[in-house]
Amino acid sequence: MGLRSVLDDLAPQFEKGGKYEWLYPAYEAIDTALYTPGKTTAGGSHVRDNLNLKRIMITVWLCAFIPVFVGSYFVGFNANEAMQSMGLSSLDNWRGVLINGLVSYDPNSIWDCLVHGLAYFIPLYITVFLAGIFFEIWFASKRGHEVNEGYFVTSILFTLTLPPSIPLWMAAVGVAFGVVIAKEVFGGTGKNFLNPALTGRAFLYFAYPAQMSGDAVWVAVDGYTKATPLGNAALGEPYGVDWMQAFLGVMPGSLGETSTLAILIAGVLLCASRIASWRVMAGVFVGMAVTASVLNVIPSSNPMFDMPFWWHLVLGGFAFGAIFMATDPVSAAMTDKGRWYYGMLIGFMCVLIRVVNPAFPEGMMLAILFGNLFAPLMDHFVVQSNIKRRLARG
Amino acid sequence: MASQKEVLIDPIFNNNPIALQVLGICSALAVTINMATTLVMCLAVIFVITMSNLSVSLLRNRIPTNIRIIVQMTIIASLVIVVDEVLKAVAYDISKSLSVFVGLIITNCIVMGRAEAFAMQNGPWLSALDGLGNALGYSVVLIGVALVREPLGSGTLMGYEILPTVANGGWYLPNGLLLLAPSAFFIIGFFIWAIRAWKTDQVEEAEYEIAPNVQYKEAM
Repeated sequence: MGLRSVLDDLAPQFEKGGKYEWLYPAYEAIDTALYTPGKTTAGGSHVRDNLNLKRIMITVWLCAFIPVFVGSYFVGFNANEAMQSMGLSSLDNWRGVLINGLVSYDPNSIWDCLVHGLAYFIPLYITVFLAGIFFEIWFASKRGHEVNEGYFVTSILFTLTLPPSIPLWMAAVGVAFGVVIAKEVFGGTGKNFLNPALTGRAFLYFAYPAQMSGDAVWVAVDGYTKATPLGNAALGEPYGVDWMQAFLGVMPGSLGETSTLAILIAGVLLCASRIASWRVMAGVFVGMAVTASVLNVIPSSNPMFDMPFWWHLVLGGFAFGAIFMATDPVSAAMTDKGRWYYGMLIGFMCVLIRVVNPAFPEGMMLAILFGNLFAPLMDHFVVQSNIKRRLARG
Repeated sequence: MASQKEVLIDPIFNNNPIALQVLGICSALAVTINMATTLVMCLAVIFVITMSNLSVSLLRNRIPTNIRIIVQMTIIASLVIVVDEVLKAVAYDISKSLSVFVGLIITNCIVMGRAEAFAMQNGPWLSALDGLGNALGYSVVLIGVALVREPLGSGTLMGYEILPTVANGGWYLPNGLLLLAPSAFFIIGFFIWAIRAWKTDQVEEAEYEIAPNVQYKEAM
């Protein structure tokens, strides 16, 4: 119990009247991240369960590491392949300094690809984490609330939605915006009606479109352009990948979104541990499949109308959004019926934006934020109809 | 009876038409992309509100109550047309970039609001001061928003480059969001936040309080 006693020795410094009282939220965050907190609610009716906020958040965080590793591998794979085709044998930027000795940039070696990809993920994640936690602790110490494990989830999900070669300062600005505007302004975790990670991404998407979309950002090699399959599809060109490749993740895209298989494995774990709502996931899928199928039978000169739903599933951020983003327990609908409607609205909007809106090839981010706005309304009507039905029953 | 000083100064921060009453937001979103159009818009609004308050106040005892809104609208619309024509004559480029928003001063809630709420009950001198004060309150917010949007959105202020942009060989990468209207919502939100942090009596009461957690042993 060495660490426990160190923390206990330090405690008086951070408690009321202590020297570092203003840093109490930081101390409390570290303490409760490592140990079970000694506080609990009393009185009133509440569910007594082993599943607390900490376990929920940490489970999501751990599940997110499946797409992290698989996604990093494919980032490295795409980059190594691009380097091979350009005839480059080593990186000459600061990432090269870190990994030139470790790897040989061979696209056929799993190790080379994984390390190369992690050289993009790890600095990005560290930057995002530090930038966001700074604002979390700042607000917590001003507002007198606590920092909780929710930020682990926000930070990793935010990182996974970014293109691999995004400048680090930009990621920091984005996550700061997400944490402050989408979460802390409304009172912190549990009171945010928008998904903070997606709000941060939306900010970057509109603020710096050249670094967040287009053809040059998806493969992490300077000067190499390759469009995402969705981008190709919107132009009516061949997708550039077959379905199985897209399902496994062999295509350019954001860090975590490429491999639908990895995301689905994480999704199964999240459903099995009953942390993410399967109703939301199913609703998103149903909404997407129905909308895509209806659009399929409408004759149109727009090539996106012909995209079948199994392609919508594996391209772009659909799977990642459906499994990790739409199921955010705070910004999603809270009632079981509401979750179905909420999910279906997201699936519907996602396909509609992808197919009908020529300005955005990808619609998952905006669809989820749109769904977030309607979640409380859906809950309201579900609860009202429940009340009415029970009153009528007498 | 409010003192002259209060009537003039209060709307700037204590009772700001945008930050506290949340009126006149639309033009604050639309014209604040650069400072030059913002300043012209502010001058136009200052002229219109002051003059409309003055005119409505002078006529207030002659206006039949049941058609007062129409009379006020007529006065305001005439003033706006004057402003629009003058702008077209002396500052055609800015008038073009302000486009429809000068005409839309007619529907700016602040103008109608002050005419109806203040000028109909007070004398001409006080009404003119009240109009001026509210227009200044509006201008403060607009200028504040433009001060953020123009430098960060395009690296310039009043058309002069103050943050050298990457496109011109500098270091600053312009933030495209600030060229879109929604960014003004965030900035006005920050502005309201700042005012309420400074003048805490403007903060609304919380609807409920969450009870604090208690120690473990008490729960057992």
